[in-house]
Amino acid sequence: MDFATFLQILDSTIRLATPLLLACLAGLYSERAGIFDIGLEGKMLAAAFLSAAIAFVTGSVWLGLLAGIGASLFLSAIHGIASITFRGNQLISGVAINFLASGLTVLIAQSWFAQGGRTPALTDGGRFSPIEFPFAEAILPVPVIGPVYEGLISGHTAIVYLALLMVPLSWYVLFRTRFGLRLRAVGENPAAVDTAGVNVIRLRFTAVAICGVLCGIAGAYLATALQAGFVKEMTAGRGYIALAALIFAKWRPWYALYACLLFGFLQAIALRFQNIDIGAFTVPVEFMDALPYILTVVILAGFVGKAIPPRAGGEPYVKER
Amino acid sequence: MSTVPAIELKGISKAFGPVQANKDISISVQPGTIHGIIGENGAGKSTLMSILYGFYKADAGEIFIRGQRTQIPDSQAAIAAGIGMVFQHFKLVENFTVLENIILGAEDGALLAPSLAKARTQLKNLAEEYELNVDPDARIETLSVGYQQRVEILKALYRQADILILDEPTGVLTPSEADQLFRILGRLREEGKTIILITHKLREIMEITDTVSVMRRGEMTATVKTSETSPEHLAELMVGRKVLLRVDKKPAQPGAPVLQVENLRVTDNKGVERVKGISLEVRAGEILGIAGVAGNGQSELLEVLGGYQTGTGTIRMNGEEIDLTGKDSDGQSRRRRGIAHVPEDRQKEGLIMDFHAWENTAFGYHTRGGAYSKGLLMDNAAIREDTQAKMDRFDVRPPNPKLAAKNFSGGNQQKIVLAREIERNPDLLLIGQPTRGVDIGAIEFIHQQIVALRDQGKAILLVSVELDEIMSLSDRIAVMFDGHIMGERLPSETNEKDLGLLMAGITESAA
Repeated sequence: MDFATFLQILDSTIRLATPLLLACLAGLYSERAGIFDIGLEGKMLAAAFLSAAIAFVTGSVWLGLLAGIGASLFLSAIHGIASITFRGNQLISGVAINFLASGLTVLIAQSWFAQGGRTPALTDGGRFSPIEFPFAEAILPVPVIGPVYEGLISGHTAIVYLALLMVPLSWYVLFRTRFGLRLRAVGENPAAVDTAGVNVIRLRFTAVAICGVLCGIAGAYLATALQAGFVKEMTAGRGYIALAALIFAKWRPWYALYACLLFGFLQAIALRFQNIDIGAFTVPVEFMDALPYILTVVILAGFVGKAIPPRAGGEPYVKER
Repeated sequence: MSTVPAIELKGISKAFGPVQANKDISISVQPGTIHGIIGENGAGKSTLMSILYGFYKADAGEIFIRGQRTQIPDSQAAIAAGIGMVFQHFKLVENFTVLENIILGAEDGALLAPSLAKARTQLKNLAEEYELNVDPDARIETLSVGYQQRVEILKALYRQADILILDEPTGVLTPSEADQLFRILGRLREEGKTIILITHKLREIMEITDTVSVMRRGEMTATVKTSETSPEHLAELMVGRKVLLRVDKKPAQPGAPVLQVENLRVTDNKGVERVKGISLEVRAGEILGIAGVAGNGQSELLEVLGGYQTGTGTIRMNGEEIDLTGKDSDGQSRRRRGIAHVPEDRQKEGLIMDFHAWENTAFGYHTRGGAYSKGLLMDNAAIREDTQAKMDRFDVRPPNPKLAAKNFSGGNQQKIVLAREIERNPDLLLIGQPTRGVDIGAIEFIHQQIVALRDQGKAILLVSVELDEIMSLSDRIAVMFDGHIMGERLPSETNEKDLGLLMAGITESAA
């Protein structure tokens, strides 16, 4: 494998890891606050559809992004009301959201655009365009540094850089601010937060809302940056992979980055190498495509050592004496 | 006194559906005193304090803090009014440090660093002022219960509380930890803090309070100066009739060994060894009391003997060895050998809370060919009749076999379990925490039943974290600490201090 191919794989690793990372951080905020969110997938899907639809109709990718965030926030609100206000089962609420998004997106897409449940392909204004860093072309001839700067560091869409920035930002918010302390506390022992005079309900809703915004950005990225338009089930299990990455990352932002890069890398390899020949034996493309999902199953089955989830996770808070 | 009361409640009432938890309660607490509130379970103590801390809203009544009429709609308001609460079950974030727990909810700004620094200095000052030393960087889960409680007190003090409410603070402490707590409380009183101590233990009230209020069935029945009352008098006020506080029993007349345990080891489901090679013997006609702070292997000991946990070692029942590996290990086979078991947690292990009393009475004894069987079916009529008779004999109230177990009070639930196990005429009775969450009146009855069983020549293994109970019931006392038996004592030749040291794992050689 030559250096250029290697760079290409790393480049697409970053692009493919971005939606995972955003969704993973989304889940991190929610689960750290004690609300398990299996509905990352559905929220991304809804956001992908509405962002593509609005971007197509208005021709503005930014309006599309806002619409995507709005769609995701709406589903977050449903999840919040079901699991915080009415103390429902968080897993069931999440599954319901996934079904709802899966069905509604196709249905509405068909009704609006009549193209078999997809949105029309987006043209330039409807998509995020790559940001070229200064001097990228100029230093390209410099060996190693040039291609790395031009191909790997420069030339991604704004959302990619935003996702990467979210990692240190999330770490800072969680571990260095008052809000983060309370957020982590409410996921561990909401009674402690309540008796300290802090509103548990409001805190959890805030966390769920942040989760909604990040999922919305992740979904919009899929439809308006990574690809050019919405197609049926385009999230392809990324919400679940993000959940697996979250567990792999032990609910920590920096680990989340590494976990998502790993999954992105696997996806990038599958995309780049269709059949891999190892001597006489050929690894079929199907296996390569399945690799990220296989890793997900392995992680969720608990083969990666002990990951302790937030202690109050999944349990609605009931005030008691 | 003419000073303005620190807290004054006037005509507080609170109902939960048809249950009147607090009825027209008025109380006045003088500043700089320790005011005890005593009452049985369900008397309404905790409800009253929850109203004061903003957890519940009173249906009627007024709250005055330092003479000022105050509304307390939530905990935030209570904290602002200078009230701090130490709950029975600590409200701490286990994997946070002491410092993080202390500033939680009382941060100074959006960023943590300045708050943490301030709390560190404050903590040092508080530690010096009140002898409340805790490592600020320790994680809560690594601290002992006594230290966790200190963190709760520090949390309140950090929030500038000058009124401190403690709800059953000694329930989880060893005697020496309780002594330390009382020293701290005394110190706080000297500094002018007002303390409300909620407890059901008469001894604590007599030891530390200045004034005591007694609650019964939601009403405040009396407020007296502690120096002018006696435990007997308080017990009478609590229960509404004369109560025998001491267990009246004749000296034991032990017979042949019934239960012999040799080198028993038990590993729990998490792979932690909880019982580390203990040997003991219980003879017919005697009560062996196992003392110890909760979580030192007593529960596992009972579970193995009761047949629902495996272990290694030898256990002989009436000279016959019992298989511990699991083949012959279940509650049924133990019952056949004459072992009856009143488990520690009656709500989880002793009863099925949603089932009727009569169904609960049959559990474990609904065997084919048994008294309750009619061919392949159960003879439900016979069970109900039998339950009715048991309820009458054990004074279960209300005596209605068709009521679900959860609708009985703690004491009456315990009587149902006790009736089921005792009336089968076992050779050995295992009984864990017989009076946890049980009213004084019912405690008296349960203790009498246990002693009566002993006097019939039965062997009894009693596990309790209540030292008073161990001391007054046992004929011999063994103390467990960290899976070992630290020592055996005769009740006549020991005292609380001696047992307390053993409970903390300190033997004479080390002391």
